[in-house]
Amino acid sequence: MSAMSNSNWSRRSLFRAAAGMAAAGTLAACGGNNGRGGGSGSGVGLTQYFHAYGEQGTEQAIKKYAKAYDKADVTTQWITSADFESKLFATLLTKNAPDLFEFHPQIQLIKSGQVADLTDIVTPVKDDFNPADIKSHTVDGKIYGVRMIDDPQFFFYRKSMLEKAKVEVPTTLDELAEAAAKLTTGKVKGLYMGNDLHNVIDTMIWSAGADHLTDKNEIAYHTPGVIEGLKKMRKLFTSGDLLLGAPTESWDPSSLNQGLCAIQFCGMWAMPGIQAALGDDWGVFPFPKTIDSGKQSVYNGGWSMFVNAKGENVEAAKEYVKWLWIDQKKYQEEWATAFGFHIPPRTSLAQTATKLKSGNAAEGVRLFNEFGHFDNIGWTQAMRTSLEDVFANSVRKDMDPEAALDKADTAVNRELKKLFG
Amino acid sequence: MSTTKTRDLARPAAAKASPAKPRRALRGSPTFNFWLFTGPFLIGLAIFVYAPILWSLWLSFFEARFTVTPDKFVGFENYTYMLTNDDFVGSLGTFTVFAAFIVPTTWALSLGLALLVNRLRFMRAFFRSVFFLPTACSYVAASLIWKMSIFSGVRFGMMNTVLGWFGIENIAWLADPSPPWYWFVIVTARLWLQSGFYMILFLAALQNIPGELYEAAAIDGAKPGWQTFRYITLPQLRATSTAVILLLLIAAYQAFDEFYNLLSKTTWGRPPLVELYYKALGESQDYGAGSAGAVILTVLICAVTLLQGKFLGFGRGEESK
Repeated sequence: MSAMSNSNWSRRSLFRAAAGMAAAGTLAACGGNNGRGGGSGSGVGLTQYFHAYGEQGTEQAIKKYAKAYDKADVTTQWITSADFESKLFATLLTKNAPDLFEFHPQIQLIKSGQVADLTDIVTPVKDDFNPADIKSHTVDGKIYGVRMIDDPQFFFYRKSMLEKAKVEVPTTLDELAEAAAKLTTGKVKGLYMGNDLHNVIDTMIWSAGADHLTDKNEIAYHTPGVIEGLKKMRKLFTSGDLLLGAPTESWDPSSLNQGLCAIQFCGMWAMPGIQAALGDDWGVFPFPKTIDSGKQSVYNGGWSMFVNAKGENVEAAKEYVKWLWIDQKKYQEEWATAFGFHIPPRTSLAQTATKLKSGNAAEGVRLFNEFGHFDNIGWTQAMRTSLEDVFANSVRKDMDPEAALDKADTAVNRELKKLFG
Repeated sequence: MSTTKTRDLARPAAAKASPAKPRRALRGSPTFNFWLFTGPFLIGLAIFVYAPILWSLWLSFFEARFTVTPDKFVGFENYTYMLTNDDFVGSLGTFTVFAAFIVPTTWALSLGLALLVNRLRFMRAFFRSVFFLPTACSYVAASLIWKMSIFSGVRFGMMNTVLGWFGIENIAWLADPSPPWYWFVIVTARLWLQSGFYMILFLAALQNIPGELYEAAAIDGAKPGWQTFRYITLPQLRATSTAVILLLLIAAYQAFDEFYNLLSKTTWGRPPLVELYYKALGESQDYGAGSAGAVILTVLICAVTLLQGKFLGFGRGEESK
């Protein structure tokens, strides 16, 4: 205990340092949370939430756009994609809620008054938007979000591997299972649809000729075709031909790029990355027919900007959304095609986007137009979770699909009743 | 109990320092000192523990979707919903399985480690630190290491590489629930993280056992090894053991991080807190039902703790030894 003599001194200074740090921390926290830390004197401070896009340069781009805007200080929070929904939903209830955020159109945000009506800023350019994108953001004639990008999702495959195994591009789920079996070797698994398979739920339902909800907002997914599809998926899951437990999720093309699998479910955004890794040795195809009477399908996902209706700066946030996502076409084009590939929802931009005019990108656009299904605004996050549970229970576990769907019906009906009465 | 102790300690000190001051003065009075020292904690406790609990209780009787300031009173509807929900009730079963496994295993492992380290003649500080170090690691970080490098399902995952040497097929440790390998991943992660901490508790208790007891036992003919351990060491560790078991049970009840990170989007292997998060809090934003579930859990934890205290005598003090 030789330090005894100066222990008083060090304890006191330690305390002082700790107090100083705590004070500094509080100050820093103030600056960070409300987005007014810059103090550039332009008045309004806005905070926006983005999920972390995987492609290089995306974060810098979003911050660059924010900086170019001179009527408000816009701070960006870049949030890991696995935590995005929970963080967004939780903060929307608090005073630290972002003024604007990207998300998908879901009716509960509107019913609970969390997102602002953006009809007045969209209407002047309404005809330039893909009509499906307008429809999926409209409730009772009002438009609640501005689509930034459309992201079709489908299968990517290694041409050389399919040729070597003498496999044709599959058009039915049975053929897909066969292909997966033939393509599986000691080092390569035939097929990767994500570790939990949840990304193919929607397309599997559409390819079975069913849908999530009817026009009257009643359950439409509980059909014999979907049950048959679930049974086929279960068979595929237990076949040993699927890549499972991969280090990256299916939105990341790494598994395909590194040769862990021959076919992977992913999205259009991954095209530049795949091109860089594999050259021309790849192609795309839509989700095959779940049953013979079904139709191939593609999920047209994407991201839209919303304004927090309960925020302090609703008008300023709306102005920013209008400035960037309606007026600044150069930025919109850059955002859609310079990093990952996305289809611009603005018809005028989609027509001039040269990068999407050739090769696999053009094929992606064709699949988007020919087989694509857009989000249904009445299909909420809680309902999404219910169908994920169906997949978990009857595809990854061996519960009877009928029973699993019955269970989902109860949960979905509870939601529907609360939303539509 | 702590109140009397504070007074006993404070009184002589106050008397010595200022005999001339009037006894009733606020400064230096034991009551003032008591509040001075406990006040900040009590305020913190009230704001961060009791207020949220009461708020939950209030929320649980309302339909609170996408809001924490609801106005639609629904009585016990949320409770009926949670208690008739198979998944929530099932999660209590999951918890029981998990606790039944993790509590005795951690207890045995940390006691074993403590006995080993206690026996060491050299490098004791080194090994003590090495075993304690994982405690400093966060559950999230450990889960990620377990998930992405050790128990990754691809052929270059560490465990699969090792199994590959013996010609065993790759196992999708976390993605495929049958057979339930995911328990192996979860239990090993938790063992690695928490054994070191309880080892330190046992080590402290072991060093407190008087040497004379062992000498006396040896004279009475007790064989070293199992007999001494069974009749001297173990009974002497009773108080620590009880505390460790109680702490382990509470830790098991609070398990969330590794389940959440290792088993995302499953319907199995969900202890109550994770179930609550998925069912009501996270993305569904049903704070009424979520609070009802939280209240049910709180009542259960209180009941279990009280019962355990009754059976194992934790907190009964010296007379129970």
